[in-house]
Amino acid sequence: MPQEDGNIVEMHGITKRFPGVLANENVTFCVRSGEIHALLGENGAGKSTLMNILSGLYKPDEGEIFVKGKRIQIGSPRHAIEAGIGMVHQHFRLVENFSVAENITLGMSTPRFLLDMAAIEDEVLALSKEYGLQLDPKAQIWQLSVGEQQRVEIVKMLYRRADVLILDEPTAVLTPQETRELFATLERMKETGRSIIFITHKLEEVMQVADRVTVLRAGRVAATADKTDVTSRQLASLMVGKEYSPTLPGKTALETAPVLTLSDVTAYGDRGTVALDGVSLEVKAGEILGIAGVAGNGQRELTEVITGLRKTTSGTISLLGQDITNRTPLEVINSGVSFVPEDRYGTGMAPNLSLVDNVILKSYRTRIMCKGPFINYDAARRQTQGLVEQFQVKCAGIYSRARLLSGGNAQKLLLGREISSDPKLLIAAYPTRGLDIGAAEAIRSILINQRNQGIAILLISEDLEELMRLSDRIAIMYEGKIMGTLDRDEWDIERIGLLMAGVRDVQHEEALT
Amino acid sequence: MSEPTATCEKKDTVPGRSFRIRIEKRLETPAWWNAVTPVISIALALLFGAIFLKLTGYSPITVYKIMFKDTFGTRYGITETLVKASPLLLSAVGVSMAFRMQLWNIGGEGQIYMGALAASWVALTFTGLPKYIMVPAMMIAAAAAGGIWAFLGSAPRAIWGVNEILTTLMLNYVAIFWVEYFVYGPWRDPTAFLFPLSPVFPKAAWLPTFGNTRIHWGLIFGIIAALGVGLLLSRTKWGYEIRVIGENPSAARYSGMNISRNIILVMLLSGAISGIAGMCEVSGIIHRLQAQVSTGYGYTAIIIAFLAKLHPIGIIIVSLLFGGLLVAGYSVQIYGIPADIATMLQGSLLFFVLGVEALAQYRIRVIRN
Ligand SMILES: Nc1ncnc2c1ncn2[C@@H]1O[C@H](COP(=O)(O)OP(=O)(O)O)[C@@H](O)[C@H]1O
Ligand SMILES: [Mg+2]
Repeated sequence: MPQEDGNIVEMHGITKRFPGVLANENVTFCVRSGEIHALLGENGAGKSTLMNILSGLYKPDEGEIFVKGKRIQIGSPRHAIEAGIGMVHQHFRLVENFSVAENITLGMSTPRFLLDMAAIEDEVLALSKEYGLQLDPKAQIWQLSVGEQQRVEIVKMLYRRADVLILDEPTAVLTPQETRELFATLERMKETGRSIIFITHKLEEVMQVADRVTVLRAGRVAATADKTDVTSRQLASLMVGKEYSPTLPGKTALETAPVLTLSDVTAYGDRGTVALDGVSLEVKAGEILGIAGVAGNGQRELTEVITGLRKTTSGTISLLGQDITNRTPLEVINSGVSFVPEDRYGTGMAPNLSLVDNVILKSYRTRIMCKGPFINYDAARRQTQGLVEQFQVKCAGIYSRARLLSGGNAQKLLLGREISSDPKLLIAAYPTRGLDIGAAEAIRSILINQRNQGIAILLISEDLEELMRLSDRIAIMYEGKIMGTLDRDEWDIERIGLLMAGVRDVQHEEALT
Repeated sequence: MSEPTATCEKKDTVPGRSFRIRIEKRLETPAWWNAVTPVISIALALLFGAIFLKLTGYSPITVYKIMFKDTFGTRYGITETLVKASPLLLSAVGVSMAFRMQLWNIGGEGQIYMGALAASWVALTFTGLPKYIMVPAMMIAAAAAGGIWAFLGSAPRAIWGVNEILTTLMLNYVAIFWVEYFVYGPWRDPTAFLFPLSPVFPKAAWLPTFGNTRIHWGLIFGIIAALGVGLLLSRTKWGYEIRVIGENPSAARYSGMNISRNIILVMLLSGAISGIAGMCEVSGIIHRLQAQVSTGYGYTAIIIAFLAKLHPIGIIIVSLLFGGLLVAGYSVQIYGIPADIATMLQGSLLFFVLGVEALAQYRIRVIRN
């Protein structure tokens, strides 16, 4: 029973269960022709699941789908594309060693023995021009940046004549400039009558680009509204289900001596290419130095050289005037460096061991935690209980396995452990990535607290808003270099964005804007 | 047309009824499964063996009855079970130690042979030593030899990341050749006609036994080793490092643990325990070195360690069970049934344990509409 004439897609009563999770519960979601419809929700709200159902990747347990007024079963992505629905996933599905044009035609249902590559390339080029999606059809995928790969995915869907295009968190991998270009493309596609479903968890993007918005919370629809009828504050509350306060406890500016100093540090990445290229920076006691940049521009290597997990090839790193260049991880830990790594389950914890065993990961050698060769498990239990209470870690008991903790609780425990050793320097890599707003706010206020207690904090994040809220200064990384370090009064999102994209020159900057 | 679903569920609709059966993956296997899975696996293995016996013309009930009665129903059966369990227990504790750290030491067999060789060297060279020096000296030599053998297998891994499965396996053959070299060559007993045997050890090099049985101190060493390793892993700093490295090497590196050093230390200890198993065989049972020191104890130990899920108490129990299986295999031979039935049961046990384990990760749910 399609309800409205203008709707190109209607999903009614969609329910989808995964083992132990109700990912979508009785969701009704309608998209009009020629609109940009934002699907907003926290991580885990069920956005990707709902759209995977629409694009034929999952089958719903309950519910029905209408496309252009007709009820259909979408059994596979091919069905979906035949019905005019195309999805660009969070993780791209491209073949690295194939060209752009080859990827675009790959797997199409009209097989040809003789592919007229030249004609296809022309068509691809025409499409990409029409929508402002700059592409070289002959380039191989591995040569492309993430942003370019995303364009390939979009053109692929246009080439297949999708008139409903789903984009799953497309801006997560883009610089602010690339995001702006993407939004322009979306507008253009809208003008040609296509509908766009735009998944995001960022409020400001909804306000910028969407016509309507549907908010998902814990698998259910919290609201559907025209953008003009809602404020971003209302949306935030709908998203988290409670009043959302974006302000943090006040900060006191301190003028202090540097705790961490890097001068001219160079290091190779895993593939043997230069990952850090003459990096110099300073973090003072009681300040948060934010590192902005698109992930993969040397941030991980930066944390690794400081913590002794990666060797530098030149330059020096010192902590409170003491040289710690190329020391072992243990020596760095002992000199007062704590580290919240970006991969919390993969590096920061042993997920199959208990919370207690995870809490003593850094401290099991200390005098309070052991008796001779034995570990003092009484002390360990007390320490764990203390952390669980102090940081409100929700768990099934301190002897349950760490992997059963949700992302937010795991991160609280990890951060709690790292600051319980009274570090001089705390390195936090993407500490709120993947967390819901509540947990992310808790993590942020712990960081602010630590800063106010005089600890030097190096904060790496891809969330510019977060960096601008927490940092005293922001250094921008691009291709292993520090493009610049800006104070609070110097920065704005444009300027940071340009530096993130590797544009350093002021005139160049003006030419672009 | 293939359907690229990423879910692990399967849905069946039974027509005419208002419920659905769904098989889905468990997030966490409940603790009682750990106790139930071995029982189910043993039952399935016995059933499998029964089918096999039936097909080859034996009566499974009779064969199982004989096996059970002769093993657990007679004094001889029980003492022999303990005798066979001793080297299995020691070697299983040894390999389990390495497995804890995800080091696939399958060189238990070679470490047993090297332990036996080194112990024999002490016994045959320093013939005048009193027992209270001789036995410890043989143990130390055996532990050192087994440890070095395991070290040789793991050093390439610690240094260059070479897969230790291959190196430890190949060293098994090398160890067996060394023993053969000595019993066919320099140590051959001239009075043993042409048999490849060393001279009998002096009495001081014989491990004490319990009463007039063949059960020797190796059993006690095995139990001490199992409990010791259990304590080491669960209570000490070193054991903690081993567990963390085994679970997540990146977390270990991140927390400042020295992984290479631990690989070497753990392999040394692992090999040392298997080496002592070899010493106990020559010093407790054979009282001389012969070409065949072990009938694959080092390999069976791997199965035992896995079945026991590397748990020390579990290893003691499973070792006794497998010792019994070996004895049962010999006992049915008298009736013309191949002893390999025991080996087959061991193999199918492992197979069913792995199978049941995998299935235990799923549960069946009935959903009523
Ligand atoms: N293939 C899957 N198997 C099991 N659980 C899943 C699967 N995909 C998603 N989930 C769970 O469903 C919920 C919704 O996930 P998802 O749709 O990816 O959320 P979002 O895209 O809004 O972040 C989460 O709790 C997630 O863990
Ligand atoms: Mg998602």
